[in-house]
Amino acid sequence: MRAIQNEKLLKQVRHIWEDVPYYRKKMEEAGVTPDDIKSIDDLHKLPFLSKADLREAYPYGLLGKPLKECVRIQSTSGTTGKRVVAFYTQHDIDLWEDCCARAITAAGGTDEDVCQISYGYGLFTGGPGLNGGSHKVGCLTIPTSSGNTDRQIMFINDLKATILCCTPSYAAYLGERMKEMGLGPDDIPLKAGIFGAEAWSEEMRHDIQNTMGIKAYDIYGLTELSGPGVSFECSEQNGMHVNEDHFIPEIIDPDTGEVLPLGSEGELVFTSLDKEAFPMIRYRTRDICSLSREKCSCGRTLIKMAKPKGRSDDMLIIRGVNVFPSQIETVLLNQGYAANYQIIVDRVNNSDTLDVHVEMTPEMFTDNLGEINKRQRDLVDGLKSMLGIKAKVTLVAPKSIARSEGKAVRVIDKRKI
Amino acid sequence: MAIKQISVFLENKPGMLDKMTKVLADAGITLRALSLAETKDFGIVRMIVDDVYETATLLKDHDYISSRTPVVAVMIPDVVGGLNKVLTALTAADVNLEYMYSTLAGGQSGQAYMILRVEDTKKAEEALREAGFKLIEEFPD
Repeated sequence: MRAIQNEKLLKQVRHIWEDVPYYRKKMEEAGVTPDDIKSIDDLHKLPFLSKADLREAYPYGLLGKPLKECVRIQSTSGTTGKRVVAFYTQHDIDLWEDCCARAITAAGGTDEDVCQISYGYGLFTGGPGLNGGSHKVGCLTIPTSSGNTDRQIMFINDLKATILCCTPSYAAYLGERMKEMGLGPDDIPLKAGIFGAEAWSEEMRHDIQNTMGIKAYDIYGLTELSGPGVSFECSEQNGMHVNEDHFIPEIIDPDTGEVLPLGSEGELVFTSLDKEAFPMIRYRTRDICSLSREKCSCGRTLIKMAKPKGRSDDMLIIRGVNVFPSQIETVLLNQGYAANYQIIVDRVNNSDTLDVHVEMTPEMFTDNLGEINKRQRDLVDGLKSMLGIKAKVTLVAPKSIARSEGKAVRVIDKRKI
Repeated sequence: MAIKQISVFLENKPGMLDKMTKVLADAGITLRALSLAETKDFGIVRMIVDDVYETATLLKDHDYISSRTPVVAVMIPDVVGGLNKVLTALTAADVNLEYMYSTLAGGQSGQAYMILRVEDTKKAEEALREAGFKLIEEFPD
């Protein structure tokens, strides 16, 4: 693996130096030339790329091939600013689809499977990426895209879909709807789910697995690097194998940029090894996680990354304390509430307030006001011990929090800083 | 003998009760009694209706969360000390009262009714019957 990585890295650095003036300038400023990079041990000498660079270089500044050779663009949702537009040559598309095919295979998928893709198709990478991967594996592919929940369920049942690909929040919603329709885990033909594009907790995994009677696998990726499939979970369901023959991961200290030793928690950084149209050197993902080389029971020797705690842009700093929405989700599910919640952060009299809106469920409702108040207090206590700060809990009506068919909007930050 | 009360979770916001009662009205459900228990954010609406099953199904279809609770409905003469006699009988039987509310849904009879939620419904019913009170399962139209 190291030999492959060394060879590919040298080529990739040479490519970006020659074809991407924006990054060449960065290298020159840092006093590095391709000759300084002799192996992956020299990776740390190269300057970082960040989302800010991508915005500055929008749209063509980081393009590594003439547009004539490009065949596709994909784009991020652009919720945090200007969209990122990524370019692909046919080679890049093939590489990306191979990565997704590995993810489907790791989830037990073969050409005997029927794979329903309920990720959005279009600019979002979820649909196109898994669609291509599913073709490569030879699954019968059902491109439902997202939305129209009852039709999704109809296809799953009528065409006996065995693998479902979508965001975890949409999977939870589909599960909820199937339960309402009286479908139990034994009635649902699905056996595996590949869920990604947003952070989700272990508890949410258990819930989805139990409701639908499936194994739920995480998948990770970014549009900047290609899309889903940069890393994927295997039968062990404990961390994601990185396709490191295409993407080298590093963990850095987000404040100093210094590379941290294996096993440390920090910001995940990726270097693409054989991308043509949109090469990325040391791209800062802002995801917080750790890497591990421990032996995996599935037999794969690819390095593993832990499930990111959430993107550092998802992380909220409330009264000086770091809060990840996934921590709040863990407490809710542990106490029997649904994973339908919204976090509202505001600033009142110069002090941050954290309000968690939680939907009431039939299981948690009782006619006894005292009992509901007690459960509400338990939730406040549970959040306090998980987060270290006090949150207000507001119980809201069922289905009053909008369900998402793509990425869920979990956080509303009203603070104007 | 106990009758079923329906309790519904509602957010404490303008128009919530209006919306819920409209669902019932449109389906021709008659409300016999209603009481509200509220906190700052949410409330529980407790009500006695003419068709418990129909109401529960209707509420579920409209995404409301509700539960059914056994309560005792007792007829009390509308005279001074009427309620006190009920409570004295319950005290004597050592029955704890969680909450209660009244209704005048007695048609032309001129009677008042109390809806009682107690810890031990059976014991309360026996005590009240022994004290000569009339318990009802269905309200007169």
